[in-house]
Amino acid sequence: MTTVTDPPQGSFRLSMLINDTRYRSYTFQFIALALLIAFMAYLGMNLVRNLAAAGLNISFGFLGEPAGYDINQRPIEYDSQSTHFRAAAVGILNTLIVAFLACVTATIFGVIAGVLRLSNNWVIRKLMSFYVEIFRNIPVLIWIIIIFSIMTVSMPAPRAFRGENPDSSMLFDMFAFTNRGVYTPKPVLDGAAGWIVIAVFIASVIGIFAYRRYATKKLYATGQLLPTFWPSIAMFFVPTILVYFILGRPITLDYPSLQGFNFQGGIQLRGSLIALWFALAIYTGAFIAENVRAGIQAISKGQTEAAASLGLRPGRIMNLVILPQALRVIIPPLISQYLNITKNSSLAIAVGYMDVTATLGGITLNQTGRAIEAILLLMLFYLTISLLISAVMNVYNNSVKLKER
Amino acid sequence: MSDTHAHSVAFVRTETLPQLPPPVGERGAVKWMRENLFSTIPNGILTLVALYVIYRFAAFALPWIANGIWNTDSLAECREVLDGTTGACFSVISERWNQLLFGFSYPSELYWRPALAFVLLFFAAAPVMFFDLPRKLLIFTALYPFIAFWLIWGGTILTPLFALVGIVVGYLVYSRYVRDSFAMGFFGGVLAALIFWWLSGYVTAALAPEEPFLEAVQSRDMGGFMLNMILGVVCVSLSLPLGIVLALGRQSSMPIIKWICVIFIEFIRGVPLITLLFVANVVLAYFLPPGTTFDLILRVIIMITMFSSAYIAEVIRGGLAALPKGQYEAADSLGLDYAQAMRLIILPQALKISIPGIVNVAVGLFKDTTLVSVISMFDLVGMIRGPILSSTDWNGVYWELFMAASVLFFVVCYGISQYSQWLERRLATDHR
Repeated sequence: MTTVTDPPQGSFRLSMLINDTRYRSYTFQFIALALLIAFMAYLGMNLVRNLAAAGLNISFGFLGEPAGYDINQRPIEYDSQSTHFRAAAVGILNTLIVAFLACVTATIFGVIAGVLRLSNNWVIRKLMSFYVEIFRNIPVLIWIIIIFSIMTVSMPAPRAFRGENPDSSMLFDMFAFTNRGVYTPKPVLDGAAGWIVIAVFIASVIGIFAYRRYATKKLYATGQLLPTFWPSIAMFFVPTILVYFILGRPITLDYPSLQGFNFQGGIQLRGSLIALWFALAIYTGAFIAENVRAGIQAISKGQTEAAASLGLRPGRIMNLVILPQALRVIIPPLISQYLNITKNSSLAIAVGYMDVTATLGGITLNQTGRAIEAILLLMLFYLTISLLISAVMNVYNNSVKLKER
Repeated sequence: MSDTHAHSVAFVRTETLPQLPPPVGERGAVKWMRENLFSTIPNGILTLVALYVIYRFAAFALPWIANGIWNTDSLAECREVLDGTTGACFSVISERWNQLLFGFSYPSELYWRPALAFVLLFFAAAPVMFFDLPRKLLIFTALYPFIAFWLIWGGTILTPLFALVGIVVGYLVYSRYVRDSFAMGFFGGVLAALIFWWLSGYVTAALAPEEPFLEAVQSRDMGGFMLNMILGVVCVSLSLPLGIVLALGRQSSMPIIKWICVIFIEFIRGVPLITLLFVANVVLAYFLPPGTTFDLILRVIIMITMFSSAYIAEVIRGGLAALPKGQYEAADSLGLDYAQAMRLIILPQALKISIPGIVNVAVGLFKDTTLVSVISMFDLVGMIRGPILSSTDWNGVYWELFMAASVLFFVVCYGISQYSQWLERRLATDHR
């Protein structure tokens, strides 16, 4: 016969809500929820009373009204008669542009610096440590302002390029560094032929990947090793260049040239864009360098030795053994650095780059006085971006997770 | 033996030769350079390129610094003295150092007060940072926030005193009821402290002298590097306990509490700090009772604390997750309740694991305090971009000012990260 100690039935006392572990968690959750609701209600009531006192209401109608201000960098059609919504869209695109540029550049800086920090060359190693420590320990806002000052104060004005003996001259006759920004040549497509060249280029890039896949497959199936390096190089350049000349050079470059008081033609990269781009890239690059170094160091030396004892050559050891394992360590922090870049790009407001914080959260907010709505939308935008990036990271983490038992 | 051997062969050396030094290429500076600088041809080229870059940089920067002018009153005067030669106008720093450090409206005869608070910060932080110091020094650490507040803001001593007494009252109530249950002690203590503070507000208003011993300084007069230090120190110390609570909440088995913490953490981590500062600047006022005036500095402290506590919570959650499950089970099997298990077993270990991460967050947060210049508060960066660069005397002297700001931040941040590395080695209990 077994003795079952049933919980005493029907003898519920109020003190059990606190003392009995079966009910205590419900009590706590109830209290927490009640406090939260009360707090929210308090804030909401204050909001309603404040808005009533100021004669305001919550409405997103302002998004449809004409913005009435200009934006100097317009990736899409925009003028001062466009709506606030369109202004916000321009700002979002500008944010994404600078974030993308900075992510790519920061990765390049970071990988180079991280690998070189492990170099056996003393000078290079120390130089890279210096770079990492200097940039990690000084606020990014200061770097943005410093680079912005270089772009606007130390660069010559466009008129310095004029005259018989100009004070400044263009680099290779293509790039002009002025205090109004950097002017670079702009590729101009000549109708359909230009598009054909681009299509051929994209096709050849896809072809390279297909060829390398084929080579790997063949290696695994037959053990026969096809050369990949030179064929890849050839496929990258030859078809595009051939088509380019056969079609009679359909892509030309529009060089910037000095006309009157300013440069015309080409692409103008404003000082604010360059300051933000390079400051974010070089600052985050220092963090990425540390991630890369940690990732490479995390792979134990035994892996290299084991690979070497199998007879792999150093290049293959890196490609087949070290990198796949190191990337597992490097990529998650790398993605969160990309997230940081996107969030830090909101510092654009300090140098007057018209990103979403400067349009929606700056001028639109000040002109319409719709502080709550504008900031809510702004937060939602950044929240969406960061949730998207987190989702990508989770997918990646799950795909590379070590499958144990 | 050796004698017979000596007779049978022509020559045997009876004493050892003195040791020869290793070949020139295998010792000293030459060996070091061969191994570290010129091991291969590409390496040698790389070294030369790097040395050339360093030389070019030094050739530009060193004369600029060495030639610096320290004693003129304006940029024009400085340029006159320099007379076209390369040189820095450090006189902007020697003339405006007080604005860079304390902001432009903190009364200059009171500079000793924040300076003293800054010096005392080291004494307060020392027992927390170095475990070998006598534990009694922690009493001063506990008193420091109140002393520092009184020194920097001034006014009647009753305010910090009652704040302190309120905490003591809360603790007394807590220690009386904690024997019954942790929850009762905790909430009782909080309630007692709140009631005490509410009552003491009336007492302070009645008793406060017209002319306090230390002259009161308004929050809006704070500025310069002092503002960065205040924001950094206050927000990091406040966000640490908040972060622990959030991390425990996120690990909790109670779904409602867990989801409140998850949503809070993910929301805060998903938006840039600037938007939160905008909230502090323009939106927060809508959510307060009509007519409340709220210090901007206090609003900013609340927002930055929320911001950093979410990040610290994630770091601590990592520490909690890294603990072996056996630790939790061992605590349970000893019959400890939740509060005891956390306090005695789990948190000490989890916090130790998360120290490097917490320090990283602290350094990042300290750097992020410069963002307040965007909402027109005059911290170090705000001072440089606002009052100093726009003054007629110093309009156009960028590099010297930004160099000064960079040096200040670098010294603090580098110092903290070096300390964290030392601490990590010190706390490593695993034997490798």
